[in-house]
Amino acid sequence: MTREMTGAKMVIQALKDQGVDTVFGYPGGAVLPIYDEIFLQNDIQHILVRHEQGAVHAAEGYARSTGKPGVALVTSGPGATNAVTGLTDALLDSIPIIVLTGQVPSFMIGSDAFQEADTVGITRPCTKHNWLVKDTDDLPGVLHEAFHVATSGRPGPVLIDIPKDVQFATGNYNGPKPSASHYQPPVKGDIETITELVAAIEKAERPVFYTGGGVINSGPAASQLLRELVDSTGFPVTSTLMGLGAYPASGKHWLGMLGMHGLYEANMAMHGCDLMINIGARFDDRITGVLSSFSPNSTKAHIDIDPSSINKVVRVDIPIVGDVAHVLEDILKIWKSRGRKTNAEAVVSWNRQVDEWRKVDCLKFAEDKEIIKPQYALQRLEALTKKYDRYVTTEVGQHQMWAAQFLGFEDPNRWMTSGGLGTMGYGFPASIGVQMAHPDSLVINVAGEASWLMNMQEMGTATQYKLPVKQFILNNERLGMVRQWQELLHGSRYSQSWSESLPDFVKLAEAFGAKGIICSDPADLDDAIMEMIEHDGPVIFDCLVTKHENCFPMIPSGKAHNEMLLGEADTEGAIQAGGAVLV
Amino acid sequence: MSALHIKKGSTRHSAYNLRPTFSDVQERHTIAVLVENEPGVLARVIGLFAGRGYNIESLTVAEVDHTGHLSRITIVTKGTPQVIEQIKAQLGRIVTVHDVHDLTVEGATVERELAIFKVSGEGDKRVEALRLADIFRANVVDSTLSSFVFEITGAPDKIDAFADLMRPLGLVEVARTGVAALLRGD
Repeated sequence: MTREMTGAKMVIQALKDQGVDTVFGYPGGAVLPIYDEIFLQNDIQHILVRHEQGAVHAAEGYARSTGKPGVALVTSGPGATNAVTGLTDALLDSIPIIVLTGQVPSFMIGSDAFQEADTVGITRPCTKHNWLVKDTDDLPGVLHEAFHVATSGRPGPVLIDIPKDVQFATGNYNGPKPSASHYQPPVKGDIETITELVAAIEKAERPVFYTGGGVINSGPAASQLLRELVDSTGFPVTSTLMGLGAYPASGKHWLGMLGMHGLYEANMAMHGCDLMINIGARFDDRITGVLSSFSPNSTKAHIDIDPSSINKVVRVDIPIVGDVAHVLEDILKIWKSRGRKTNAEAVVSWNRQVDEWRKVDCLKFAEDKEIIKPQYALQRLEALTKKYDRYVTTEVGQHQMWAAQFLGFEDPNRWMTSGGLGTMGYGFPASIGVQMAHPDSLVINVAGEASWLMNMQEMGTATQYKLPVKQFILNNERLGMVRQWQELLHGSRYSQSWSESLPDFVKLAEAFGAKGIICSDPADLDDAIMEMIEHDGPVIFDCLVTKHENCFPMIPSGKAHNEMLLGEADTEGAIQAGGAVLV
Repeated sequence: MSALHIKKGSTRHSAYNLRPTFSDVQERHTIAVLVENEPGVLARVIGLFAGRGYNIESLTVAEVDHTGHLSRITIVTKGTPQVIEQIKAQLGRIVTVHDVHDLTVEGATVERELAIFKVSGEGDKRVEALRLADIFRANVVDSTLSSFVFEITGAPDKIDAFADLMRPLGLVEVARTGVAALLRGD
């Protein structure tokens, strides 16, 4: 049904028609007509962030924890440029978000008007797609197409730039028409190739599933099908940082995370396997280590919805382009119809080998009675919060890797972290987005003090909306991961990797009207964590931990999966000149 | 539209029918990209090449379907087979790209480029330039007592050869359109 309305009203109407209930944003001159429409309605809740980067990360957290697209609304110029980091983050982690930016009136574009920036130009390389709408009649189509593009195929961020005169002008509004778009990425994989994979599954002696964020993006059905496939074949399964929770951490075949700070058993299985089944992961450099020695003796299968992921960095033998859930369904169907065969005897002895690797107990660390070890803090956090309806976000650095190692996720969409871009400052605003989507759940942001300070202004948002997000800060007064690399690569010359004037986090919390907790004694930790959980409101938890603790296992730059450093004893001369140039 | 009647390309299925992709040999490929003619579409394509470090040897673009607002971009690029496959897959990922055709692998192609040469000189050189232009079937489109402007069409090699011959005869300036290409046959 066509209705006449202003462009600003179309924005709100389209959001409603797309099922949006929450928008994260920050007003400004070029979006005032849209903010006026927000004022005049009650269906969509607007969350006022304190910085546009926070709006985009919050939308990412919302999206990642619900499987629905997140929406952010910001003004022109600086509003749009502040959104760039969030857009790039969402692009690299394939998170569906829609960012709406105001623009100067169309007749002023190109005149260097106040708060004018070439937003579509700036964001072209950091969005899946973007639009500048110059005619109000085009706006509804673009709005609906934006949701379609963001959520179809490989998901990603999209941006719509709307000049102020387009918001004021009236035009004809139409509801969503899903078939209208030419953009229809195929979801079904090629059956012949899938059959080839099934044949490889039947024969494999040392198979491993290597799963990634694509399983989460594909939806809950994909995780269910993965569990069925893993459990019925008995093959071990590891996951990237982005894929944690697709297979439960308590599952029998779970190897833990793989990669640079992945578990020994996971990396060794990847190195020694004869069949690697990559499901929705992308052979990222954090995963593969040095490519020339990456899993040298395996047949590699790769399931990915994005054809450009196939053979991008690692040559694969069995490429399958399609949506994870659709492809897994076909794999299971064909595998069952052929009699559910595996090379059971070989797989049993392979699993025995995996158990040997497990015995290395690669996450063990030296306990300390005086000072809280960061690993211990996360062990206790895991033990005390496991039974809750829990969502975890993180910032970026050592704490993020320890969280991935020590926290166990039983379900998808429970773990929100910045994987591809590695954005310090992601976790706090993301936790706000998650809490908005799940108001009654326990939402914890595992943070380092340095990352957390990058978007600490969002304390204002958390207190304004009474969002009980728990900011669990592992405070080592250092940029821990930078410091670790400086120790290993730059002769322990700690150039600029610590802060001389950290705030008193308890007072900081109180200044924002929230609760602050400080804990420095391992004996007090459990009580302090319980106090954090039980407090009905936002909490900053300042957990003072060991200052110089390295994160292990670690595959040093330029090394292979089977050359992990397992502890301090291994670090002497571990990284050679060739590895030092890598990041 | 006959201009759009090209065989379905391998892009959407580029993971299949793979040629040996991990060789170091640099190959030159002519790629035809059918895009929605919307503002910024050329920037998306060029930005992709710049951002990912791919080569552009030549590029032509024009709307070929006025009712459907489709433009055809013809890109000549160079890279290892793996890079060429990546280029095609990355192009296919752009939302406003409808189709990508690697004309170099899809079959024999007709490739044509138009160039305009300004050659100035007097006496024997002038006569020789005109004689060679005739051999190359270049047309004189402007003439003064001391200069010619030649128009020539042909495959890029032919235009290169013509340029080499004109250089000692007083070549002043060249403008080339870049390659337009179609598959041969139906």
